[in-house]
Amino acid sequence: MYGAGIDVGSTQTKCVVLDGNGEIVGRGLRMTGADVVKASEQVLEQACAEAGIETHEIVYTIGTGYGRFRVATGDDQVTEISCHAKGAVHLFPGTRTILDIGGQDTKAIKTNARGEVVDFCMNDKCAAGTGRFLAAAAEVMGLDVSEIGPVALKSTEELKITNVCTVFVESEILNQLSRGRKREDILAGVHRSIAGRSASLLRRVGVEEELTFTGGVARNPGMVAAVERRMKMKVNASEDSQFMGALGAALFALERAMAGVRRKEQEVQG
Amino acid sequence: MNFVAGIDVGSRMTKAVLLAAEEDGGILGRGKVYTHFDLNGAAERALEAALAEADVARDRVDYIAATGYGRYQVGARDIQITEITCHARGAVELIPDLVTLLDVGAQNARAIRLLPNGRVVSFRMNDKCASGAGRFIERVAGALEVDLGQVGPLAMTATEPCPISSICAVLAESEVINHVTNGETIPDILQGTHESIVDRLASLVRQVNLEPPFGLTGGVANNRALVHALEQRLEMPVRLHRDSEYAGALGAALLGRRRRRQLRTASAVA
Repeated sequence: MYGAGIDVGSTQTKCVVLDGNGEIVGRGLRMTGADVVKASEQVLEQACAEAGIETHEIVYTIGTGYGRFRVATGDDQVTEISCHAKGAVHLFPGTRTILDIGGQDTKAIKTNARGEVVDFCMNDKCAAGTGRFLAAAAEVMGLDVSEIGPVALKSTEELKITNVCTVFVESEILNQLSRGRKREDILAGVHRSIAGRSASLLRRVGVEEELTFTGGVARNPGMVAAVERRMKMKVNASEDSQFMGALGAALFALERAMAGVRRKEQEVQG
Repeated sequence: MNFVAGIDVGSRMTKAVLLAAEEDGGILGRGKVYTHFDLNGAAERALEAALAEADVARDRVDYIAATGYGRYQVGARDIQITEITCHARGAVELIPDLVTLLDVGAQNARAIRLLPNGRVVSFRMNDKCASGAGRFIERVAGALEVDLGQVGPLAMTATEPCPISSICAVLAESEVINHVTNGETIPDILQGTHESIVDRLASLVRQVNLEPPFGLTGGVANNRALVHALEQRLEMPVRLHRDSEYAGALGAALLGRRRRRQLRTASAVA
């Protein structure tokens, strides 16, 4: 028996396939792009190929993320907040607080030991403090987003980035570069700025140990270090951080499959 | 014959204007270049372009006033003047009898209430984020792959403007891509973008007690569709001038010319 979770984010679409024991057997990842339906189908095919199974062997699929209602194969939808909590507590059972930084929004989530959401708040009015802010900084520097974290970790001199707006920070970075400031110092400033915004979001839900960092940005070691320093606590982060929403969705899917909730499609087709 | 120059180093464009030093006449030469990150280099290039238009040699310029966000980086400057003062002075020169001025640049929108002599009574500025500035339109146009010069003409053909709910220029990019996916037309999206910016500009200008005659300066004044939307929202005519993009540089040059004369008179007396 297999369950699948598909997380359609603003930037990337992720899929996780779980076997009957709750082990991850397949993952899929691609840019969301304009065709959300296609993206959700492709990640599912990718994850099934990795798992070595056919898509029809999936008993139940749950869609999450901002495009969850457009997951063609989805049997049901669950909000990404519930999915991140579920996934984070599954991977790190001590998790009570979650920081999820995605492409367009940042969320602070409080959970209980069962992975149920107790409280949350999010930054969804503007791109400040999100992955897009980092991506903009990377682009100005001519670096890939995967490179900026390691570069920022080499910083030796403290530099403060004052702009909150993702658009304005581009000119600020160019300005700093033209003044001869080192790119590692500028990037460290960018990471600190996002950590600062994350900290105020986290304080609004109240921080309780352990803190787990999810979303694509959690794969950036510079960001993990900046959050740890700012929060003065150890942060859980894993290679699967960006699959946390999809993992949570897949766990919900598996639970329903186990509980005998049959696929809609089978019901329709009789 | 000697000349004075005003140079306005904006976040996006750098503008220069040349005036006769001893006479009271208007603009003899104008130059406009992209700022990029070398602010002093941009100032020099804009000045060269203005000199070329007026067919004047560089060594005939004996006083330079700099304004705009990069004014301190202009190595050749004799004086630097804040942009609010310069924009007000230049706008009154271009649009006589002006009482309320709105200057919309790439990153800032400034609403200014004036006295007849161009002195500033009060002003309000949006300089924290790109939500109500030219960069918002630029980002949307970029996401739609429309040339900036075509934005106004295309928006004029809109039949049913599509409202843009994102305030953030970065999040608006994803939103407009969604609108395209949902079958909205490019002109309707562009005009919807104009209307949402006009909402924010209208509230800014009302904070300085909007009274006619009302004038618009800055690069955005070249966009006829936006001007029209602003007229409808404010229910009053918007006065323009074809050189309105140079208002800041002109104001700097006029104030520089007066300052140069004061200095000459003072040294003659001494």
